[in-house]
Amino acid sequence: MARRILIALGRLALLLAAVSLAVFVLVDLSPIDPVQANVGQAALLGMSDEKRAALAAHWGADVPWPERYLAWAQALLQGDMGTSLRYNQPVAQVIAERAGNSLVLMGIAWAASGVLGFALGVAAALSRGRLLDRAVRAYCFVLASSPTFWVGLLLLTVFAVMLGWLPLGFSVPAGKAAADVTLADALRHVALPAVTLSLVGVANIALHTRAKAIDVMGSDWFRFARARGLSPARAMARHGLRNLALPAVTLQFAQVAEIFGGSVLVEEVFSYPGLGQAAVTAGLGGDVALLAGIALVSAAIVFAGNLAANLIYGLVDPRLRPAGRARAAARRALAGEGASRG
Amino acid sequence: MSADEMRKPGGGSGAVLGGPGAAPSSAEPGAAGAAPAAGDPGTAPHEALDHGASAVHHHHSHAPGSRHGHGHHLLQVEGLTVAFRMYDDAAGSFLTAPQRDVEVIHDLSISVHEGEVVAVVGASGSGKSLLADAVMGLFEPNASVRGRIWFDGEPQDAASLAALRGRGISLVPQSTASLDPLMPVGRQVEGAPRGRGAARRADARRRAARRAELFERYGLAPEVARLYPHELSGGMARRVLLCCALMDEPRLIVADEPTPGLDLPLAVRALADLRAFADAGGGVMLITHDIELALAVADRVAVFRDGTVVEETAVASFADPALLAHPFSRALWHALPEHDFAAGDDALTDGEGAGPAAAADGGLPGAVGAPADGPWGAGAPLTEADVEADEEDPC
Repeated sequence: MARRILIALGRLALLLAAVSLAVFVLVDLSPIDPVQANVGQAALLGMSDEKRAALAAHWGADVPWPERYLAWAQALLQGDMGTSLRYNQPVAQVIAERAGNSLVLMGIAWAASGVLGFALGVAAALSRGRLLDRAVRAYCFVLASSPTFWVGLLLLTVFAVMLGWLPLGFSVPAGKAAADVTLADALRHVALPAVTLSLVGVANIALHTRAKAIDVMGSDWFRFARARGLSPARAMARHGLRNLALPAVTLQFAQVAEIFGGSVLVEEVFSYPGLGQAAVTAGLGGDVALLAGIALVSAAIVFAGNLAANLIYGLVDPRLRPAGRARAAARRALAGEGASRG
Repeated sequence: MSADEMRKPGGGSGAVLGGPGAAPSSAEPGAAGAAPAAGDPGTAPHEALDHGASAVHHHHSHAPGSRHGHGHHLLQVEGLTVAFRMYDDAAGSFLTAPQRDVEVIHDLSISVHEGEVVAVVGASGSGKSLLADAVMGLFEPNASVRGRIWFDGEPQDAASLAALRGRGISLVPQSTASLDPLMPVGRQVEGAPRGRGAARRADARRRAARRAELFERYGLAPEVARLYPHELSGGMARRVLLCCALMDEPRLIVADEPTPGLDLPLAVRALADLRAFADAGGGVMLITHDIELALAVADRVAVFRDGTVVEETAVASFADPALLAHPFSRALWHALPEHDFAAGDDALTDGEGAGPAAAADGGLPGAVGAPADGPWGAGAPLTEADVEADEEDPC
């Protein structure tokens, strides 16, 4: 066990190193001038050349990237993620403020798309070729091929602009003191972005689950369960679901990455102050410290999702479970008995 | 020719009528010994006919153990045809390929009496398993099935056959992959309890007790109940499958190749269990490619070839080729190891599928080796014994 944990941690370290390196190289290749992006057009024009050079030197804009990377990595190892150019705050603080918003949004979308997608997928497989199946598939194909931001805009138009039921954006009502914000306010604001992310996520999960469920229904053991008198729905409940649990777990944790990607777009559309929005701001502003910080946090979350999937496999699938001592002894005894009989 | 005449004993249409004593028989008279059927056999409903004294009826001859409980067969299949709608691969492109129906079983008739084992013997990959599927009412979505099936004298349709699954007819499946890989086998044998509330709990207790009794009878230790299928040896898995079938206290067992992967002693033992079930009054339809095993355990043999039963006769008829009506049956007789091994006769060549399966059976000779010249070649999507490269049993 200790060995497995060490291996996992080693992989995580390599992953984070690779991700942060990629961020530095990409930002260096980007044509955005950090001084211009962060000072503002008007201020930049009014500035003398010396002043600009001084700012560039202050921000270290002309230091070659390998040198910057090493300095950044060294600071990171000491627990300092650097200072965000754009927000003029420590990166750790910016991320902490926004991660809460993002995790609520993504958590809702992740759970809703997982549960709904699984249920719809199984229901579609059971009614294969009939009306319900066709409806689910039509929904999935339309949603899976719609861009997330477009779905967000559509919902925004209908529910915020035309019907006026839900707010246009942000995570709290504009102009309200932070202390007065209620849970209901927060939920009203997270609703549209969460629904957008879920709708798109459901399509993916439902289609995959449907395909897996159809495989399951064609398996020898499913047919045998039917041959013993179980209806398809009961055979699915008794035998199918536990066998679908494994692919569902894989899918659900792979979905973490998908939802993360989707949240960047959705937060932008809904001006929702989360990690995704901060990532866009950082990218456009040449804010390499913040961008690298967000990339590290996202990579760690996705990694944790995959690791969780692996651990859950072991719990769900007896074939991957290390044999307990009592069990192994029982098996040995049985094997001996079998040999003597044969 | 003579085979044809045998199949139509009354000289009638060959459907559900039983002409009393019309054709010469190779076997003993029926055991029940009731009076011949009265009335007009052409119009009387099948269940009203008394088959008792007719030695040959419904295209078959009887064995000493064959009984007509309540004056009819336990299972009767008449004119069964199974076809699959599939794309024509002869067409140039897949996109334009027309669909056509491929008939895999045609005009098949077979009967199972109470107290007997009927072996359906035919080459691997020739479509025998589809007969089991048809009796269980389990069809693929692209299958079309025609024909008539009676169970215990009652005519059946797809819905009523489905209702009989686990409630009168039980399957012993071909593959050990028929066990749910993620459920302990004890719970699988017990099956889903029926009823609601207290009745359901009572049924669950009854099932647990019966499971324990079956495990004991078949030499499975109580701890086996907690194991998962991947922890079982091949022989144990076979016994577990048999227990699954017996759990539901069926009247008819359809056993689809229950022996591949078992070595000879275990195969004999598994078949002896089926024999015991029949001796206790049940009926068994044993589907196998292994004629030698079939002759050892069955009362009657239905010779399956090219999607139909060409001859249905008592095991005793295999004592002498002269008693066998169909040339293919005689070819089978000659292929038995204790006879002349004359494989050149008729179409009997070494089949693609039979080799490995026979080897997995502990190298038993005498497996039926005729290739299927129908649409089902070795590559056909049938789950036949030959597909199972057996993981088998150290027992």
